[in-house]
Amino acid sequence: MRLQYPTNINIIRVPCTGKVDILHILRAFEKGADGVYAVGCMEGDCHYNTGNLRARKRIEQAAKILDTVGVGGQRVQMRNLSSGEGPLFVKYAKEIVEQIKELGPNPLKQAKAGIQKEKNAA
Amino acid sequence: MKTKTPSRLEKVLASGHFAVTSECGPPRGSDPEVIIKKANLIKDHVDAVNITDNQTSVTRMCSLAACIRLKMLGLDPVLQMVTRDRNRIALQSDILGAASFDIHNILCLSGDHQSFGDCKTGQNVHDLDSMQLIQTVKKMRDEAKFLGGDDIKRPPQMFIGAAANPFADPFEIRVPRLAKKIAAGVEFVQTQCIYNLDKFEEWMKIARDRGLHKNVYILAGMTPFKSAGMARYMKNRVPGMDVPDEVVKRIAGVPKENQAEEGINICVESIQRLKEVEGVSGFHVMAIEWEEKVPEIVERAGLYPRPAVE
Amino acid sequence: MIVADKKPIEEIVEEVNHVKSLLIAGCNECVTVCEAGGKKEVGILASALRMYFLNQGREVKVDEVTLERQCDHEYLEEIRNIVEQYDAVVSMACGVGIQFLAEEYPKLPVYPGVNTCFMGATEKRGLWVERCQGCGRCILAKTGAVCPITRCAKRLMNGPCGGSSKGKCEINQDIECAWQLIIDRLKALGRLDEYEKLFPIKDWSTDRAGGPRKVVREDIQL
Repeated sequence: MRLQYPTNINIIRVPCTGKVDILHILRAFEKGADGVYAVGCMEGDCHYNTGNLRARKRIEQAAKILDTVGVGGQRVQMRNLSSGEGPLFVKYAKEIVEQIKELGPNPLKQAKAGIQKEKNAA
Repeated sequence: MKTKTPSRLEKVLASGHFAVTSECGPPRGSDPEVIIKKANLIKDHVDAVNITDNQTSVTRMCSLAACIRLKMLGLDPVLQMVTRDRNRIALQSDILGAASFDIHNILCLSGDHQSFGDCKTGQNVHDLDSMQLIQTVKKMRDEAKFLGGDDIKRPPQMFIGAAANPFADPFEIRVPRLAKKIAAGVEFVQTQCIYNLDKFEEWMKIARDRGLHKNVYILAGMTPFKSAGMARYMKNRVPGMDVPDEVVKRIAGVPKENQAEEGINICVESIQRLKEVEGVSGFHVMAIEWEEKVPEIVERAGLYPRPAVE
Repeated sequence: MIVADKKPIEEIVEEVNHVKSLLIAGCNECVTVCEAGGKKEVGILASALRMYFLNQGREVKVDEVTLERQCDHEYLEEIRNIVEQYDAVVSMACGVGIQFLAEEYPKLPVYPGVNTCFMGATEKRGLWVERCQGCGRCILAKTGAVCPITRCAKRLMNGPCGGSSKGKCEINQDIECAWQLIIDRLKALGRLDEYEKLFPIKDWSTDRAGGPRKVVREDIQL
């Protein structure tokens, strides 16, 4: 299977989604990511028992914070699939890229540019 | 007949009659007529009338003021006092205030938690608990001393009461708890509403085995059901209440329009049965917002007329 | 330990909205254990605030530091050289640490970053429970090592009240009746007969009622 998924996704490999920390997610947005999603194993099938469940909780927490600070909680999501489901991986990737595109770019990038512009003008 | 106070309730009990008490909840406003009207409905059928103290933590006219109203009508009020809302200064002060109006009965309670009432975000005090309030009244009366040790001029003369719940958990300490209240100085108790007569009789038996019934007057708590809905609510929603299934079935088994009557029947039959139980000294008939039914219950239970004592 | 809970970010934002630079100061002690104000939570709050300010089009310097303890002058000294560059500090220590930090730096605005809740323990991850109210006159010897002042909603010294039902408190089915626990424990210890001893009226002067408290130990003071 030589499946194509959107090229604007930067994959960060972790041994288990349980490794994904809320800080990793928040920092990604601080650095300008438009969206972050974690792809974990099916719930109930975690090799470490609860890693993917922890990940889901952290994603939810991050979403809440992003809503509070005005970046938008929909930009962070969780998906589950098993390792053999390449086509589903692609489907989710496309789906999420579509959703994030609809939301537009990370507002922090624009804000940063605005501040920079003001500085240059001054 | 030996009594410690001028309380009419104490005199009735000491003379060996079954006592009958009832209660009135003060209004959620300042109109004294509400309490006067309620009192007039029952005054000839009871020996004393409890005035609740912000029951279920819902703010109402204060128990003391309502007691004074009853006193002015010539009734014998029982001042209910909870330790939830007042510290030991306020408790002692209110006791003296009541005593200044010759209110001769007090019922010492801890009070429902404020989370049940209209001020859920409020503080509670619980400087003392109900047992310690009993001790406080006793010390003020018998030693003429404040808790701080100073003398009281014209000490209160109050017949000291408390609540007893034979149905709350754990059952094994329910009689020891009564013993504890007696040791603290309580002279009469009014029980939680009794629907499970077998369990109440079991509790009474254990109390009798320890001779407790000789050291305290036990008034059995009676509340008639107005409807099957009320019976179910009391069974399922009120903590520390024991309503057996048969009782709910019995009231639910009659047509809706006859349920109130059936509720009264159950209440009257219960009183008649409990009159035979050694150690039961009287009845506390709490007809919740149904005071007009108290005379009927008292009469049908054979507790009328009330004895004249002086 | 002292248990604290997260404070809503909105509330913190409201207090620090005006600053141009902010130091978020965590504490490595209790609030780290209860996951409310340790290094991790400092990082999360700092990140959130940076995003918030940036999104408002404002450049605010938000830095992070986590001290060994904030309830100790010695450790608070560690930030003496850096605090002056900040308009304010959000302390994520317990209420004690927050106040000690403020006392250490009298001209520095200090804001709370957590809600300090009680003295308790970790029942399991994500569940902390209260066990002590620091009344200053411990009665646990008499109550089978279960504290009715802390665990009874009416702090009854001679409980249980009539609302004890199947081992639960009348105010909430999730709360165990402290007096049921005491009785169970006395029974297990073969001391149920002690239940009938009346608890004397408590001296609350060593409690909050007595005003701010101090423990003075002349034997160890120099």
